[in-house]
Amino acid sequence: MENQWYTISVYSENHVGLLNRISGIFLKRHINIESLNVSKSEIEGVSKFTIVIYSTEDWAIKIVNQIEKQVEVIKAYYHTDDETIYQESALFKIASHLLFDERQIQNIIKEHHSQIVTVSREFFVLAKTGRRHEIDEMHEALEPYGIMQFVRTGRIAVSKAAMPITNLLAEFQNQ
Amino acid sequence: METLKAQKKDKKKSTSIRITGAEAIIHCLLAEGVDLIYGYPGGAIMPVYDELYKFQDKLTHILTRHEQGATHAAQGYARVSGRVGVAMATSGPGATNLVTGLADAQIDSTPLVCITGQVARHLLGSDAFQETDIVGISTPVTKWNYQITRAEEIPEIMAKAFYIAKSGRPGAVLVDITKNAQFDELDFEYEKCTGVRSYKAAPDPDLKAIEKAAELINNAKKPYIVFGQGVILGEAEEQLKALVEKAGIPAAWTILGLSAMDTDHPLNVGMVGMHGNYGPNVLTNECDVLIAIGMRFDDRVTGNLETYAKQAKIIHFEIDPAEVNKNVKVDVAVLGNAKQTLDLLLPLVNKNEHKEWRAEFEKKHQIELETVIEKDIHPTKPGLTMGEVIEQINMASGQKAVIVSDVGQHQMMACRYAKFKQSKSNITSGGLGTMGFALPAAIGAKMGAMDREVVAIIGDGGYQMTIQELGVIFQHNVPVKIVVLNNDHLGMVRQWQELFFERRYASTVMTNPDFVKIAEGYHIKSKRVVERSELKDAVEEMMASKDPYFLEVRVEKEDNVFPMVPTGASISDIRLK
Repeated sequence: MENQWYTISVYSENHVGLLNRISGIFLKRHINIESLNVSKSEIEGVSKFTIVIYSTEDWAIKIVNQIEKQVEVIKAYYHTDDETIYQESALFKIASHLLFDERQIQNIIKEHHSQIVTVSREFFVLAKTGRRHEIDEMHEALEPYGIMQFVRTGRIAVSKAAMPITNLLAEFQNQ
Repeated sequence: METLKAQKKDKKKSTSIRITGAEAIIHCLLAEGVDLIYGYPGGAIMPVYDELYKFQDKLTHILTRHEQGATHAAQGYARVSGRVGVAMATSGPGATNLVTGLADAQIDSTPLVCITGQVARHLLGSDAFQETDIVGISTPVTKWNYQITRAEEIPEIMAKAFYIAKSGRPGAVLVDITKNAQFDELDFEYEKCTGVRSYKAAPDPDLKAIEKAAELINNAKKPYIVFGQGVILGEAEEQLKALVEKAGIPAAWTILGLSAMDTDHPLNVGMVGMHGNYGPNVLTNECDVLIAIGMRFDDRVTGNLETYAKQAKIIHFEIDPAEVNKNVKVDVAVLGNAKQTLDLLLPLVNKNEHKEWRAEFEKKHQIELETVIEKDIHPTKPGLTMGEVIEQINMASGQKAVIVSDVGQHQMMACRYAKFKQSKSNITSGGLGTMGFALPAAIGAKMGAMDREVVAIIGDGGYQMTIQELGVIFQHNVPVKIVVLNNDHLGMVRQWQELFFERRYASTVMTNPDFVKIAEGYHIKSKRVVERSELKDAVEEMMASKDPYFLEVRVEKEDNVFPMVPTGASISDIRLK
């Protein structure tokens, strides 16, 4: 089986220590987490982990099973890139004088549809949301002029198919 | 959900009592039916020990000589009784000493709740005296763990701990309680946990899968069952026997499944795995339908996965969905509790005998009997064998004893040759292979089954890893029978060195102390056997003793355990010598 990108979505209780428990599963299997994001989900009190790995489907299934086995995990899913809508965000901190000294910078901002978040005497900050390669392209374009700081979020993704967590929770309540 | 909870709480308010967190822990244990715990006190758990002192008429605490001993004793108790074992320790080193027992219980699906003291909440993370992040440390080796920092959390978390440890596929749970939560007061009321919304203890049986399984079994010419501890944990022993007898299917055990079925049952064909029986291993690769019940295809069972039962359709009865297709791809997965699923399967299975197929096992058994078994249990050459000691115990105990084995050659011999008529009778460290397990586990097993004989079979290496627990046996006069099979070596490692490392015996030769004198130091009756002629009488004397008894048997120094599937080899290539 071939390696490819998988997005693992985990719905869980919002408890201290669960991140450690989940990351431990990857550690135990010696699988690198390419990106990780934890946030609230569409359900109140339920957290959502979005984890990206590069592996075979067989491994993705085993990992998902191990994650789902954790007491505080409600449900875990895995999806290929085709099955999800996904984005990342990035911030670029750049010296302010470049805005005036390097005309090309303004073109880059326009071409990459990025936003100026703030401008001060010393620096300005650009925000870019999009696919990983789009952010990489903007990074490449800006790099020759000097980037003071760069940071990118983990992937966030929603699946095209339903992830019916609300039903699962209702099922439990009816038991 | 939240409103439901709130309503429940309102109703109960009138019945609550105002007590300290430490006392609440005792009330939680009593409410869970716990009357025996193992542990070791220390600074951060002292408030709870103070309450234990007050409640000693209801709750017995056994002071083991090391925290690891407490976990194994609790495991032995749990394995023999089917109840949750409880161990307690202080923070820091007390807590870290529990880790081996937690890992052992978790990998062998043993219900175990460990309670640890922790430094006060305001000191957390400050590297305080005896502070250690036991929740972080124990995460990979527990089914669930939690740190309580407020007294009010105690009843709900304790209830959850017991529920999670025992339900579904059982496992190890650790609850860490900061010292302030033990001192502070709370309005105590207790409600047993009956469910956790993010956790499904056991999947519901799927009738379609069961029908498919029945169809495969009914059409099989050479069906073969391998059963594991899931049968014992699911209390499905009767269902297994009924299936085996109705469909005429030969069945073999994994070492944790041993004793789920009478070892002398004509359809019980023996043990699978690295040192299992010849037929059960070789014929795994000749059956047409392999029915795995409550077992997890451990590498010690399967050998090389590339050549494991490739010709067979595989049916997996399993409570833990994460075990399905983990090591071996299966054709039909029947998820759920084994008792439930086998009950549903039984009426769908046709009566059958499979005489020719069963004869294959008998043929293989004859080969093994001549080349291995007879030499092990009825040897004629000089020097005592481990096998003949086990056989002697079988005879003297009437096959009724609980056998607790440690890890190594003697363990394999015990699992190969010990005979059982009753379930929950073979207690050993299977998955983790923890040397030092047997002596404390035997203490727990005896306390969990006071009406039964408990015989610990231990090697000279493992014995010295937890030998200090003789102190418990002496102090509480726990009438366990301890048999040390002494070959002055770490026998299993030495065997591998002989076979695969050209006899370079690196650090496997032991110069041992006088074990009899050590037992005498603890005022335990003891004897040493060096000649075959002394063995029978000595074993009989030991089994007849009402008191604890220690028996050292000096066995051959360089005997090997066969058959053997070398690591990574196919089970078809099992070596008889």
